[in-house]
Amino acid sequence: MAQLSTVDSPVSTVATARTRPRKQGRRFAPRLAANLVLVLIGLAFLVPMLWVLTASLSPEQSLRVRWPDHLSGANFAHVATVDTLFRPILNGLILCGGGTLLTVVVSVLAAYPLSRYRSRAKRPFLLTVLFSTGLPITAIMIPVYAMFTQLNLIDQMGWAVLFLGTTALPFAIWLMKNFMDAVPVELEEVAWTDGAGPMQTLRRIVLPLMWPGVIVVTIFTFIQMWGNFFVPFVLLIDPNQLPASVSIFTFFDPAHGGVQYGELAAFSICYCVPVAVLYLVMSRKLSGSFALGGALKG
Amino acid sequence: MSSTVVDAPAGARSAHRRRTLVRGLPLLPAIVLLLAFLAGPIAYCVYYAFTDMQLTGAAETHFVGAANFTKAFEDDRFYHAIWETLVFTVLSAIVGQNILGLVIAVLMRAASAVLRQIVGALVIAAWVVPEIVAGYLMYAFFRDEGTLNEILGFLHLPQQNWLYTLPILAVSLANVWRGTAFSMLVYGAALAEVPQELNEAAAMDGAGALQRFWHVTIPVIRRSIATNLMLITLQTLSVFGLIFAMTKGGPSNKSTTLPIYTYQTALQNYEIGYGTAMALVLLVIGALFSLVYLKALRPEAD
Repeated sequence: MAQLSTVDSPVSTVATARTRPRKQGRRFAPRLAANLVLVLIGLAFLVPMLWVLTASLSPEQSLRVRWPDHLSGANFAHVATVDTLFRPILNGLILCGGGTLLTVVVSVLAAYPLSRYRSRAKRPFLLTVLFSTGLPITAIMIPVYAMFTQLNLIDQMGWAVLFLGTTALPFAIWLMKNFMDAVPVELEEVAWTDGAGPMQTLRRIVLPLMWPGVIVVTIFTFIQMWGNFFVPFVLLIDPNQLPASVSIFTFFDPAHGGVQYGELAAFSICYCVPVAVLYLVMSRKLSGSFALGGALKG
Repeated sequence: MSSTVVDAPAGARSAHRRRTLVRGLPLLPAIVLLLAFLAGPIAYCVYYAFTDMQLTGAAETHFVGAANFTKAFEDDRFYHAIWETLVFTVLSAIVGQNILGLVIAVLMRAASAVLRQIVGALVIAAWVVPEIVAGYLMYAFFRDEGTLNEILGFLHLPQQNWLYTLPILAVSLANVWRGTAFSMLVYGAALAEVPQELNEAAAMDGAGALQRFWHVTIPVIRRSIATNLMLITLQTLSVFGLIFAMTKGGPSNKSTTLPIYTYQTALQNYEIGYGTAMALVLLVIGALFSLVYLKALRPEAD
C-alpha cells in the first residue's frame, strides 16, 4: 500500500474533474443493477423470518406461512406469564448481563498492556487468544461439567456467569486490543509526565476515546450469550433459574399435547426483544454505524 | 525490549523484571479466568482422550494410550463426519458467508441510502436471532411443506424435500443466512478505508470495474479478508445448535458434522473418552485452517 499511495495526487484530482460529468451518466445503470440485486438479497433474508410473524398472530398452530384470516393475540397472551416468559427472560438478563459485564471489564484491563507495551510474549499470547475464539464449546463442556459437579458448583448462577463470561473473553480481548491500538499513545505520554499512572490514563484518556469500541464489544458479547443454549443447559438445572434460550425447549414437551407452534413463534419474538432493544439503543450511540469491522484488520 | 537489558547490572535487571510484572498486572484477571475455565478443561480433554472413560456408572477409567484415535481412524462414521464438516465449512463460511458478505458490502456502496439501511437491518436481524430460533425458522423454511417449496411451486420450479435429499446444503444455506452479517460488517468497514485515489488512478490507466476490484481493492483489504476467514471458519467448524435444531444430524447421518457426532458419542452414548478424542481432532482441523490464514497475515504483522 505504501508504494501505491505515492500516486501523484494533483493528477488524479484533475482526472476526476475531467471525467465527472461523463461518469455520472454512465453510473446510472450499475447503480440500478446494484439496487436491484440488493433488493433480491434483502428478500432472501426477509422471507425465512415471515413464519414467526404469521404463526405468532394466527390462532392455528402451524409451520406454514399463511396470513391468518383474523389476527389473534392469543399466542402472546398464553405465553405472557411469569413461568413461561418473564422469569426466563429475567434469568437470561442476569446470566448474560453479568457475563457481559465481566467480559467487558476484564477485556478492557487485559487489552491495556497488550496494546501499550511491547514484549516478546505478546504475539504468541494474542495468537493463542485468537485461536481460542473458535474452540468447540461442546468439547470442553464435558470436563467443565465434571469439574462443576465435583466442586458442587452446578446450578449456581454466579459460577455459570463466570464460565459464560470466560468463553466470550478471547474474542473480546482481541477486539478490545485492536480498538485500543487506534487511540494514539502520545495523548497518554503527556499525562504520564504529569505523574498519572497507567490505570488513571486508561480511565480518563483511553476509555473516553474508545467508547464506540467498548459498545461494539458489549453488543457482540451480549448477543452471543443471549443465544447460547448449551452452557446454561449443562450448568443450570433448577427450572426457576433457566434462561429463555433453554426454556424455549418446553414448547416441545409432549406433555403439552403436540408442539404449540404459534406459542413458540410468539415466545421467539419476545425472546428477541432484549437483543433488538440493546442493538437499537447502542448502535444509535455509534451514530448509526456498527463499527465492528474496524477492529478486525488483523 | 528484553534483549536490550542483557548487559545491564543485576539490580537494573530485577527492577526491569518488576516493572514488566507490574505492567502485566491488568492481564491477571483474564489469565486466571482463561486458565481455570478454558485451559484447564482443554487439558482434561486431552487426558480423557487417552482413557476409556464412560459415564455409565461404576465402570473404572483406564489409560488406553492412543486407542481412541486408532478407533476413530477405523470408524467410517468418523471419516464421514469430517467430510461433512469440511463440506459445511467450505460451502457456508469460506464460499457462502465470505463472498456474499463481500458482495453485499460492495453493492451497498453503490446503492441508495434507504435501501442500504433496510437490507443492512435485515441481514443483521438474521444474525441477532438466537441460534435455536434461527434453527426453527430454517426448519420451517426448508421442510417438505415449507416456505421454499411453496415459492418454488409458485414459480413452477421443481420442488423437493430439502431436509431429506440435500440436508447438508440446507444447513449450509441456513448458516449463510445466519452468519453473513459478520462478514458484511467486516468488509463494509474495510472497503470504507480503501483510498479513493487508488481507484481513480487505476481507472485513469484504463482498468475496468472488475479489474480495479481484483487488482486494487482486494490487495488493500487482504488483511481483513484473512482475519474474517479465520474467524468465520473457526466459528463454523463448531456450529452445533443450528444443525441440531434443523436435522439432528440426519437423515441417516447425512448432516452429522464433527460437533454433532462428538455430542452423540460423548453425551448421548456416554463414551467420554472417544468423544473427547474426536473433539481434539476438531481442534487440530481448526488449527490447520488458522495456520493457512496466519500465513496471509504474517508479512505486515508486528
